[in-house]
Amino acid sequence: MAQPATESQFTLDTAAELAAEEHGTQIRGRSPWYLAWRRLRRNKVALAFLVLFFLVLAACLLAPVYADHVAHTGQNTPHVLDTVDVNGQQVSVVSNGGFLNVHTGKSCETTGNTADCKLFSAIPIAPQWFNANGKFVLGADSIGRDVAVRLLYGGRVSLQVGIISSAICVVLAVILALLAGYFGGWIDFIITRFFDLFYAFPVVLLGIALGAALAINGVHWNLGLFKLNVNGGSIWIPTAVISYVLIPYVGRPLRGQVLSLREKEFIEAAIAQGASPLRIMFSELLPNVMSSVLVFFTLIIANNIVLEAALSFLGAGVQPPTPSWGTLISDGQDLIVTRPWLSLAPGIAIVLTVLSLNVFGDGLRDALDPRAKVRVEH
Amino acid sequence: MAAFLIRRLIGAVLVCLAVTFIVFIIFILVPGGGKRGTAERIAGKNATPELVTSVEHKWGFDRPIYVQYAKMIQQMFSNKLVSYTSQQNVLSQIVQGMPATFSLTIGAGIIWLSFGILVGVISAVTAGRLSDRVITVLALIGISMPVFWLGIVTRYYLAEGGVTTLFPDGEYVGILSNPLQWFWHLLLPWLVLAVLFIGFYGRVLRGNILDAINEDYVRTAKAKGLNPRRIMIKHVLRTSLIPIVTLFGLDFAGVLGGGAILTETVFDLHGVGQYAAQSINNFDLPPIMGVTMYGAFFIVVFSVLVDLFYAYLDPRIRPT
Repeated sequence: MAQPATESQFTLDTAAELAAEEHGTQIRGRSPWYLAWRRLRRNKVALAFLVLFFLVLAACLLAPVYADHVAHTGQNTPHVLDTVDVNGQQVSVVSNGGFLNVHTGKSCETTGNTADCKLFSAIPIAPQWFNANGKFVLGADSIGRDVAVRLLYGGRVSLQVGIISSAICVVLAVILALLAGYFGGWIDFIITRFFDLFYAFPVVLLGIALGAALAINGVHWNLGLFKLNVNGGSIWIPTAVISYVLIPYVGRPLRGQVLSLREKEFIEAAIAQGASPLRIMFSELLPNVMSSVLVFFTLIIANNIVLEAALSFLGAGVQPPTPSWGTLISDGQDLIVTRPWLSLAPGIAIVLTVLSLNVFGDGLRDALDPRAKVRVEH
Repeated sequence: MAAFLIRRLIGAVLVCLAVTFIVFIIFILVPGGGKRGTAERIAGKNATPELVTSVEHKWGFDRPIYVQYAKMIQQMFSNKLVSYTSQQNVLSQIVQGMPATFSLTIGAGIIWLSFGILVGVISAVTAGRLSDRVITVLALIGISMPVFWLGIVTRYYLAEGGVTTLFPDGEYVGILSNPLQWFWHLLLPWLVLAVLFIGFYGRVLRGNILDAINEDYVRTAKAKGLNPRRIMIKHVLRTSLIPIVTLFGLDFAGVLGGGAILTETVFDLHGVGQYAAQSINNFDLPPIMGVTMYGAFFIVVFSVLVDLFYAYLDPRIRPT
């Protein structure tokens, strides 16, 4: 036992010593991040969905392993004329067409176009699940490419475009918000007008306009020393387009936060100490908006994955033959009557990924924003 | 009021001017490629060398940048913007698509606003209970679904030509030629377009209501012994709905000005959005330029109208 201390000797350290001896524990410094983590840890649903997101991510990253060792095919390898072994029988990957019932997808007994039966030119193999030794688990598309392989590779593209574009978007939005909020005056005026201007465009339309303009021939600049050549099919075009269109949606609320933080005493103190504007912006203001930035980042990834899918679906995003979840849905749309899984599977992949990010993002916001506790308790 | 109106109109004109700059930058400056490359892009995929040369001259790509900008503006506003792939006038095609786009957007807007409010109120009133949890989960799934995928799937499973024949298969029927068929054909597209917004509005409203319940004036009303239903409607809902109305103004204009492009394409409604989508597939730029520019103009005008309506409702907004 420590000696009972008189009041003048009693410090926080002695309190910690006392506590350590009584319970065998130590009092640790608790940063806001640690407190947020403790709150987040209690939110099992949010964590479960975070795990789901990482499972999707891992599955997509392992696409080459799956393609080489399970499906034995490449993402763009057609198998129009091949056959595949299904439970000991040879089945052709893309069979000749015929008359199919549009309601059931099964072949009709009669020939000739009727209300229920339509002629289909080529019919790819249906999902084999696990009957074909891991080949064509989700079936094939119209030129005999393995849909499961393309789904995983497409996920890589969709996630890559979504994550990188969100990172660019958030970084640019933070810089603009810090500049506008810290300097105010005409810098703030120009940046807010820029944000307002982009509110005038519908997000999808702006993305389509940029994506379509750039996808046709790519980008070719030749300004003396500065040369930029990007092909029309490059996935950097949708990445750049998508990162750009949502900047105001992140930048505007952040600017508001910076504006109110700027008036706080600790910024005044930093200015009085002679800190440079850069230092104030990045080591005083930025850490204080970091929790919002993190939440925005999670939610913007979810948003951008959907936006990428929409642009690719319309032909203004990822260009074929590169697979992405959006192009896969678009490809599958033509075959939906005979092979609905071609468009169902990529859609379900999008919903799972986006849902997991949305739920986790919500949990993250509740954990980082203690006021949210008041709200939940009702 | 007159001063506010004038200031707001000047602002709108400046934004429209900026919109024309952005369209010019997006379609002509950013892709680059020199005068020949730019002309090839505008002329379309299967253009002959002669056509490319004439486009190059007509749009002034062989001249300085300010001439190019002036030529673009001239074509846009003298109704001379044509698609070189289909030889059709862009503005007349857009006007043709407007009834379908307006029908889709207005109907969906009514559905998503009313159901969004209903869902938000129910989940806030029963916060923490089972119905609230179920609504929250459904709303989250709703906002996580790509609208075009939902459209494809519901069209396949619910509309004619697919698994069942509950609904007619897409296509727009004019409201004047057959109002009943108009409604019947648009019902599925309306619901699909509204799903995302219902989830979103429901969640926003739920948060707003739960915030408002903690306000002092609500406590006062409770202390006075007012009927809980009356408190909910007169005190809580009234303040909670203001941000929803603002959101609705923005979203409605956004969907009308081009956001409906995906739903229109999936359900084959032949609206303005589908016109733009078809042009993308044909690599046909002038229609996309037209839809982008007119769509943005529309949103600017609409937001002025919304602001005026607000200023009329709430005098505090006028000085700002």
